[in-house]
Amino acid sequence: MESLDDSALSLAVFVPLVVAAAMLLVPRENETAHKLMALGATLATFAVGMLILARFDYGASDQLQFRVDAPWIDVINSRYLLGVDGISLPLLVLSMFVCVLVVVYSWNHFPEPHNPKAFLILILVLETGMNGTFVAQDLILFFVFFEVVLLPMYFMIGVWGGEQRQYAAIKFFLFTLFGSALMILSFLALYFSGGQTFSIQELVAVAADNIPRSTQLIIFGGLFMGFAIKVPMFPFHTWLPDAHTQAPTQGSVILAAILLKLGTYGFIRIAIPILPEAAMAWAPVIGGLAVVGIIYGALGCLAQSDMKRLIAFSSVAHMGFVMLGIATLTDFGINAAVFGMVAHGLITGMLFFVAGSVKDRFHTLELSRLGGLLLQAPRMGWILGFCAMASLGLPGLAGFWGEFPAILAAYSPAEGLSEALFRTYMVIAALGTVLAAGYLLWMLQRAAFGTPKPEFAEAPIADMHWPEYVAWVPMLVLILVLGIFPGLLFGLTDGAVGNALSSFGAGG
Amino acid sequence: MLENAWVIPTLTFVSFWLILFFGKRLPGHGAEIGIGALGLAFVLSCVAVVQWVDRPATEVVPHGTSEEVHGEEEEEHGAAGGQRGEDRQVVATAVETGGHGEETPIRSAVERNVTWFTIGDVEVTAGTAVDGLTVVMLFTVTLISLLVHVFSTNYMHGDVRFTYFFAALSLFTTGMLLLVVSSSTLQALFGWELMGLCSFMLIGHWWEKAENSNAAMKAFLTTRTGDVGLLVGIVTLFFAAGQTFDIALINERALTGAIGHTALVVGAVGLFIGVIGKSAQFPLHTWLPDAMAGPTPVSALIHAATMVVAGVYLVARLYGVFWEAFDIGAGGVNPIAVVGGITVLIAAALAFVQDDIKKVLAYSTVSQLGYMVMALGVGAWTAGIFHLFTHAFFKGLLFLGAGSVSHAVHSFDMKADMGGLRKYMPTTFVTFLIGSVALAGLFPLAGFWSKDEILVGAAENGYPVFELVGIVGAFLTAAYMTRCVYLTFFGEYRGHAHPHESPRPITIPLMVLAVFSVGAGLLNAPGVEKFFEITENRVFLLAGVEHHSFEVFPAVVSTVVVLAAIAFAYLLFFERRLPRGLTRRNALARSGYTLLTNKYYLDHLYTGVIVGSVKGAIARAAYWFNQKVIDGVVNAVGIAARRSGDWTYRHIDQAVVDGAVNGAGFGAEGFGGILRTIQTGRVQQYAALLFGAATVLALGLIIFV
Repeated sequence: MESLDDSALSLAVFVPLVVAAAMLLVPRENETAHKLMALGATLATFAVGMLILARFDYGASDQLQFRVDAPWIDVINSRYLLGVDGISLPLLVLSMFVCVLVVVYSWNHFPEPHNPKAFLILILVLETGMNGTFVAQDLILFFVFFEVVLLPMYFMIGVWGGEQRQYAAIKFFLFTLFGSALMILSFLALYFSGGQTFSIQELVAVAADNIPRSTQLIIFGGLFMGFAIKVPMFPFHTWLPDAHTQAPTQGSVILAAILLKLGTYGFIRIAIPILPEAAMAWAPVIGGLAVVGIIYGALGCLAQSDMKRLIAFSSVAHMGFVMLGIATLTDFGINAAVFGMVAHGLITGMLFFVAGSVKDRFHTLELSRLGGLLLQAPRMGWILGFCAMASLGLPGLAGFWGEFPAILAAYSPAEGLSEALFRTYMVIAALGTVLAAGYLLWMLQRAAFGTPKPEFAEAPIADMHWPEYVAWVPMLVLILVLGIFPGLLFGLTDGAVGNALSSFGAGG
Repeated sequence: MLENAWVIPTLTFVSFWLILFFGKRLPGHGAEIGIGALGLAFVLSCVAVVQWVDRPATEVVPHGTSEEVHGEEEEEHGAAGGQRGEDRQVVATAVETGGHGEETPIRSAVERNVTWFTIGDVEVTAGTAVDGLTVVMLFTVTLISLLVHVFSTNYMHGDVRFTYFFAALSLFTTGMLLLVVSSSTLQALFGWELMGLCSFMLIGHWWEKAENSNAAMKAFLTTRTGDVGLLVGIVTLFFAAGQTFDIALINERALTGAIGHTALVVGAVGLFIGVIGKSAQFPLHTWLPDAMAGPTPVSALIHAATMVVAGVYLVARLYGVFWEAFDIGAGGVNPIAVVGGITVLIAAALAFVQDDIKKVLAYSTVSQLGYMVMALGVGAWTAGIFHLFTHAFFKGLLFLGAGSVSHAVHSFDMKADMGGLRKYMPTTFVTFLIGSVALAGLFPLAGFWSKDEILVGAAENGYPVFELVGIVGAFLTAAYMTRCVYLTFFGEYRGHAHPHESPRPITIPLMVLAVFSVGAGLLNAPGVEKFFEITENRVFLLAGVEHHSFEVFPAVVSTVVVLAAIAFAYLLFFERRLPRGLTRRNALARSGYTLLTNKYYLDHLYTGVIVGSVKGAIARAAYWFNQKVIDGVVNAVGIAARRSGDWTYRHIDQAVVDGAVNGAGFGAEGFGGILRTIQTGRVQQYAALLFGAATVLALGLIIFV
């Protein structure tokens, strides 16, 4: 077991990539082999994840565990540094978990132009990128994984997407690339002015002392752009509705469940611990954009007539809560943010799954043409209702623990931040919960209640198939379990959050 | 049972899942699970009541500790002291001088908590806190819910979603039970919102029709609007009370002056906004009459024992906060009493113009909730929860009675489809009559005692205006119920069905509730005062709340007023003696009538103006901004970058870009067939864009580093 501990994270990152390479060799016609290989790869990765969960020292969740430290690019002192703590572990496991479910769901849901081989290879490459981002502890390594994610998603949207896939894919790509450009600049600036190292841990220790405040502010700005675009925060969010709407179901699920978290994770892992002073200066701006996003995203939802686009806009609002939590710079706020990331991943991922299955059956997601889903496919209809409730933050389901503690934290932000300002944010965010209930129930009413429209009244609509059961039930169970026992996740994240906030004194 | 009160909500929660997963396969389609669970929960609740009554009174609480603190505050504020009644000064002095003669032992609450989760150094607990108020609520909720379950087996027979209906009933009851046993505000929020969810599910039970799902949405969104206040209140009190959600601690700290006044007022106002939404107080009461779209047993459950009384319960539970924040002991006016008082009157007036029997009862509920809130607002704590207790029985009875009637005539329209039903349905008639008389508050039925206590409390605590409101409300109540009974049971039958008495699963719950509607009030009758003794708690004593027992004078006044109202309505409806067509001839009466039939135009304001503009113009404007302004900038940048990229491509660095194109092409080929779908021009554009981005990066490097 000891030796496994050393290689666990490398396995978690590279197993999918290796299998993807092997799949290149299998002829395209052999679809079953591809499916089995992809499933095997994601399951094996997930098993590694379970092993990590089992061997993780929960008493020391604030420490990096399963560390790997090897030379990589000596000339710039960049190392192959991996490790997980209580913040990255849940996100890593979530990524592994969602990838398995996406492959299962794909079993008989390959979008046009079909081609399971290419599609599954892209998913595996994505998984490598995502897992890698969550465990990388070196900025260059982080950047590489962060960028690895881009290409497969670009192709997934551009090839398997809807009618405007070209526009959406390029917009997604360029938007993110633009952010990445500023981000790498900031990384380089940290390297040169922060102590000739890319190690996140070392930078946390030394960067703040070495870099003058004015430079810190600029560097943070670059990081902010890179991460905020990925989150996405208002007003850098416009790539998201297009990408989500055009992406195939699996792409949307991965995008919502994991990709968006890369941005918020970046704030918590890199920007805030390394540059606490700058974080403090930027926090009011971040908080302000976050609450604007909450209200703005909700209004955007209310204006939608397409179910998938509506769910996409809801991500802007939900990630607003996550960012508000982060902006408070308190332990409540950042714990809420990590919880919100996981919860949003599960809930919005599920909503996209359901939307995809609805589209499979009705070939449209126009809300004005839908209706009576509960009559034609009752189980799917109830699941949609369940997810809508979870998404609007009903206590007892996971979404609540992303919102409520964030609102709570805004009442009393970290010392040095304006209480009056953040309490205003708190009230605005609380109002956002009403709007969330409004657009989600409105969607539910139009899609699930009522009776089917005449054009579909006679259509044979199948309820759930087995891949849907297998893929969805674990997510639904997790949404409920985490909702009732939030300690499962808070217990994991709390120590690490305290660590990330150590430079803010008592925190919250 | 006091230690293990968590068992009771757990029972119904388990029942929910069992019904959901196995209900359909059982012979009773899940109803037997629900009834079994509720039956057991009821028995356990009775055990809890007995154990509580047997519990020795050992805790000694100094009366009116808060007065002591107030005394100090008054010195600072000066003028405020003048409003205080003299007797209170005496109490305060007694405490200050160590007057131990004032102390009486009470039963101490039974608390049991476990750690829920920990964030930073804050440990959040979940658990139960059981005292007299809790056991009374447990008893009432489980009894009413059990009867509603039994009633529904017949009433909902053959419904398309029978099993689902029972599952939702179980979950609904779980929500209320969870709320009443909660030891913390956060946990209470769970029960609170769970009921919101279930009301959504049950009001929209027949969601095929848009009007039903609209009503469900309206209920959820309106209460959710109030919940914004509740959230803010909970959060404010969490910090103000020293990072705790614990209700007992919050009360204690509010009463001992450990919480700053501003925070306390913000917290109390926030919570009260939540109460206004949930307990359908003016001006957020409009969802409740629409909630009649749900099946009748649900209405009974929502209106009698759960959901709407949750708000009243919350005020009673966190009374220390409200008491201090609004200085209830001082008399005069305060927001709670005012909102409650307005609600009493405006809802009672609306009950007059309804033709739907359930809507009469719905507005009546709003009005009665107003009484409870007003009682708490005027410092009559015991009277408020006592009215909650008695009202549960007679309002449950009336709703189930209305259900029984509609079961017979297949309608809720009193004017079109009812009349003369006393001949066809004697049991329903008698029980409904008992419920109506109890609601009107005639001696010696339940409503008489609790209403009298409220009136006495208002008068004694220095709120004479609200005593008057209570009396006027009593007049209106008696009159509209007389109208309702007349239209339903007297005169000639006007419908086309063949009315018949309902079967026993329907009539037995009616009879049980009728017994309670007669007898429940005696529990706090003069000389008995058992209810007061059971519910008296630490907060009550700490705050120095006073309990005023029965008094003859207001009782006589209210009885005379009620009799007058009945006589008035009798003349108006039975004898048709009073002028008819008043609304046609008199402009003032006509405009009053129009105002009432339009429900004070509040619905126009909410649905038309507020929801309409947010959903319509505002949302559209935001989206326009998104598509045209933000995306316009994005697209313009994209185009500019592409042009400069193109330019560079053509004039400067063709070789490099060519390489990029080939590279991209090669990569795409690797994915098999991808290249086909991407037009060559697109790839070139993309590469050009990449190059543009790289240029930006290079520029940045030069500038910043």
